[in-house]
Order: sequence, then C-alpha cells, then structure tokens
Amino acid sequence: MNAKGKVFKYGDNVDTDVIIPARYLNSSDSNELATHCMEDIDKSFVSKVNKGDIIVATKNFGCGSSREHAPIAIKASGVSCVIAETFARIFYRNAINIGLPIMECKEASIAIEAGDEVSVDFDTGIIKDITKGLEFKGQPFPEFMQKIIKAEGLLNYIQSR
Amino acid sequence: MGMTMTQKILAAHAGLKEVCAGQLIEADLDLVLGNDITSPVAIKEMEKMNLNSVFDKDKIALVPDHFAPNKDIKSAQHCKCVREFALKNEITNYFEVGQMGIEHALLPEQGLTVAGDVIIGADSHTCTYGALGAFSTGVGSTDMAAGMATGKAWFKVPGAIKFNITGKPNKWISGKDVILHIIGEIGVDGALYESMEFTGDGIKYLSMDDRFTIANMAIEAGAKNGIFPVDDKALDYIKEHSKRTPKIYEADADAVYDKEITVDLSTLRPTIAFPHLPENTKTIDEIKEKISIDQVVIGSCTNGRIEDLRTAAEILKGQKVSKGMRLIVLPATQKIYLQAMEEGLIRTFIEAGGVVSTPTCGPCLGGYMGVLAENERCVSTTNRNFVGRMGHITSEIYLASPAVAAMSAIKGYIAAPEV
Repeated sequence: MNAKGKVFKYGDNVDTDVIIPARYLNSSDSNELATHCMEDIDKSFVSKVNKGDIIVATKNFGCGSSREHAPIAIKASGVSCVIAETFARIFYRNAINIGLPIMECKEASIAIEAGDEVSVDFDTGIIKDITKGLEFKGQPFPEFMQKIIKAEGLLNYIQSR
Repeated sequence: MGMTMTQKILAAHAGLKEVCAGQLIEADLDLVLGNDITSPVAIKEMEKMNLNSVFDKDKIALVPDHFAPNKDIKSAQHCKCVREFALKNEITNYFEVGQMGIEHALLPEQGLTVAGDVIIGADSHTCTYGALGAFSTGVGSTDMAAGMATGKAWFKVPGAIKFNITGKPNKWISGKDVILHIIGEIGVDGALYESMEFTGDGIKYLSMDDRFTIANMAIEAGAKNGIFPVDDKALDYIKEHSKRTPKIYEADADAVYDKEITVDLSTLRPTIAFPHLPENTKTIDEIKEKISIDQVVIGSCTNGRIEDLRTAAEILKGQKVSKGMRLIVLPATQKIYLQAMEEGLIRTFIEAGGVVSTPTCGPCLGGYMGVLAENERCVSTTNRNFVGRMGHITSEIYLASPAVAAMSAIKGYIAAPEV
C-alpha cells in the first residue's frame, strides 16, 4: 500500500473542532462533511485539495473531541495519509478503525513543508520528500493494527474473524 | 512487576493475571455509551455490516444530549435515528428528552457507572467516571459500534503519571482550578496515551463533584483516562446512586509510573485557561488587565453539577450581572435542575439577570443556546477553548471555575471572588 501527493502542512495541536467544526455535525454524510474539512484552520483546503494529497502536522494531531467525523472528513476529502510527530489517542484509534492511513514520524513532520511532493510506503514505513530529496523512516503499526487496516476497518476485521 | 490501578482493572477485564504498558489486549465492557452526534454514525456502521443485535441491552447507554432538544431538522433526524435504534433493540438505558441530562453527569447519577468498571463511550469526556474508580475512556463511533455488537474493545495498556495530591484547598478553589493548573503544567499532550492516576492525602478534601470535574478533563491533557482511588466518599456516592456492587482496585505499591507530580491544593489560586488551548493558563493574580466579557456560560459535563450551581448562586445572590452581559446557566441533568429549583438557585440566577436552560451540551461545542459572534469573549465553565469551538472563529473562550464565571458575570470582566 502506498500514498503519494502534495502536502498540506499544519502545526501542533490541530484539534477535531477545526478539522470539522461542530456546527456541521448535524450531518453524518462523509461527502457533506468533506466540504467543510479543515474549515476553521485553513479555509482554502477544500478548494485546493486533490485526491491523494497528504496532511503533515507536528504534535498531537486530532486532539479534543472524539468525533469520528474528523478522520471521515479527511478521508472523504481525498487525503491519502496523515503524517504527524504524534496523534491524539482517540483520533489515532478512529483513523485505524475507519481505514485512514496515518504515520508517526517526528523527523518527517518537522522537515516536510507545505507543497512538497511526498510518498509513503506503508509496508516499509519509508516516507520520501521527493521535492527535497529526503527520506525518513516512519513508525510501523503493530501487527494487530495492521490486520485491522488490511481488513479496511475494525468492523470488517471483527466480521472476518 | 507491579501494576497501576488502571492496569489492574484492564487485566481483570481481559482475563489476564498481569498486563504491562504497551501490551495490546481485548477487554470485556461493562458499559458502552453514545450520544446523538456519535451514535448515528455507529448505528449506520452496524447496519452496513448487518450486525443486527446488541451484546447486552442493559449495558448500553444512549443519551441524546448534544443537539437535543432538537436544534434543527438535521439534528432531529439524528435523534430520531438513535430513538428508533433504542426502541428496536430494547435498550434499557435510553434517555429521552425529559429524562435525559448531559451524559457524563447523568450516568453516575443513574448508578450506571461504578468502581472497577471498564466503560467506553463515543464521547471524549467519557473519562469522567474515573472519579468513581472506573476505567473509562472516550472512543469513536466505530469502536462504539463494535462495543455494542460484541461487548469488547481493544486497548493498548497505558502507562501512567502519578499525581500526588496534598494540602487543603482554600475557599472558592474547586476541581476546575486543580485540573486547569495541572494542564497548565503538563500541556495538552502532557499525558498523551497515559493514565492520570490521582492519589494522596489531599483527595479527601475534594468532593465527588470536584473529582468528576478533574477526571472529566483528563482528555484535555491527552490522557487515556484519569482515575481516583475509591475512598469512603466515592463508596457513599455509589451506594446512594447505584444498586450495583463496586469493585475496588488499588495500585500495587511497586507500580511503575512514567512520572510523579505533586499538586499542593493549598497553594492553588483561581485559574483561567486563555484562548485557544486549555494549557494557556494564568492564575487570577497574573491577569493585570481588565478583560471584558460578553457572555458567561455555567454548565456542561465539566461543571453543571449541583455544587457548581450552588457556588455560582452563592456569588450571584442579590447581585446583578453587568450591563450587556449574557449569563447562561445549564443544570446538567433533570435531577440537578429540580434540586436547584428547590434550593432557590434558579431564582437567584434569574433575579441576577441570567437565563436557565434545560440540560444540553449545546453552547459548549458551538451548537446552540449561546453561540458566539465575531470577536466576542466568553468565560465558560466548559472544557475546550479551541478556535471556533463556541461560535465564530474570532471569538474567544476563557475556561474557568463556576466561582470565576459567576464573579465575571457580575463584574463584566474576568474576576474571582476574594478568599
């Protein structure tokens, strides 16, 4: 499994309220949620994002509310991977459970800049910044989580057992 | 190797003698919780997967509280979805408007959460029940769906930070000041993936409502859960509210902690978190300028309990809110509402120039009942002051205790009662 795309870069503590503001939580439709993705931190995200693009942020990405609408909105907007130094734990779980690829890598989260072309190899954990000619090693998932991701989500995994 | 309190509860629910930090386990659940925002996503997922039944109709709690009573047509559809699912599956603990309250105040009050439980809830503030000595943690909708279908959840066993609570707090210092102080010290990711285990002599001075507030905001430090030892106060609370038998777990003497932090309650001052992170704290003494305020909200799963309302009423009694101030008070449950009425607190709020709302999470997450306009400032007893959380992205939220909130409503700027 691989991801490749242009980078949207954010800082520390990107919370789920700015990823998908609560005023839109009266909907649970993924495509509708995607039209407001990142709205309160980056108004232009929705108009600029292309299928396959990658979000890179620094510490504690996805903190705050447990709303699964946040990873759902990111996934539905076409983002192929989120790379961060650390993820807030509920966001981390939710991303795995719905099959949004995420990767923890401190070096990559600092060095990669907005607009860079980046590729991610999920099997090896290798992150490449093609624009800068840099390579990083991300943290691979434990085997149990890889099984959930391979099954494309927790419920599929439960049913397949 | 010794285990923390959290690790012991998790081991017992995973059928294991011992667990250690980092281990992946599958644990049996005593309760699975969802609200009107998170449950519809879980219900849809279950339907998609043809999971047509729940593991135990008595061990699921569904509480429409965020945008209920319905704030608009779309929210009404969500609440309807939850209601129909609850009826179809004969969910015992479904709380309709009229019985409902804010979930994390309601569930302990209804006796559904006791010491020793493992609880997941599709709401980040599910960590509140740690006040009773339960392991409880927030998850997303998919985990909720899996929990409702199987009665199990996977966990990575957390390490822990030990908070040694000492000293006696001064008047007007509450659980909110304690937890804001801690978050200010360790930061919003200071306890990431970890348990916050509270211990020490000072805990005896913390009421159950104080402890609920502290455990409630463990998530604001990134923690998986916050947990208190089960003392007589906790047991009395459980006895008063629940028919279930609590199970007491204690950390081993040789339990391993990643860090130990001492909090001396006697040194704490009224503490306020400035925009736009709960870690941006200042004590009242550090605020030199007059920060004018447009709205004050007293309520939420953090601070909508009876003691919170009593504190606010004590300060507001015989006073008026400042000109142009909007004071909004939300008792967290119907029971608290009635209690506040009987004690004359509601009268105090109304006579002071405030409004009193039916229980709802509404304003805390910018839903309704107090959304902020451009550049407005709010002192709120809620739990998050992120950009746009309560309304316009230029609005500002100052998180504080009910005492600071009430005093600020009177003064029109951030203020605390004198000790």
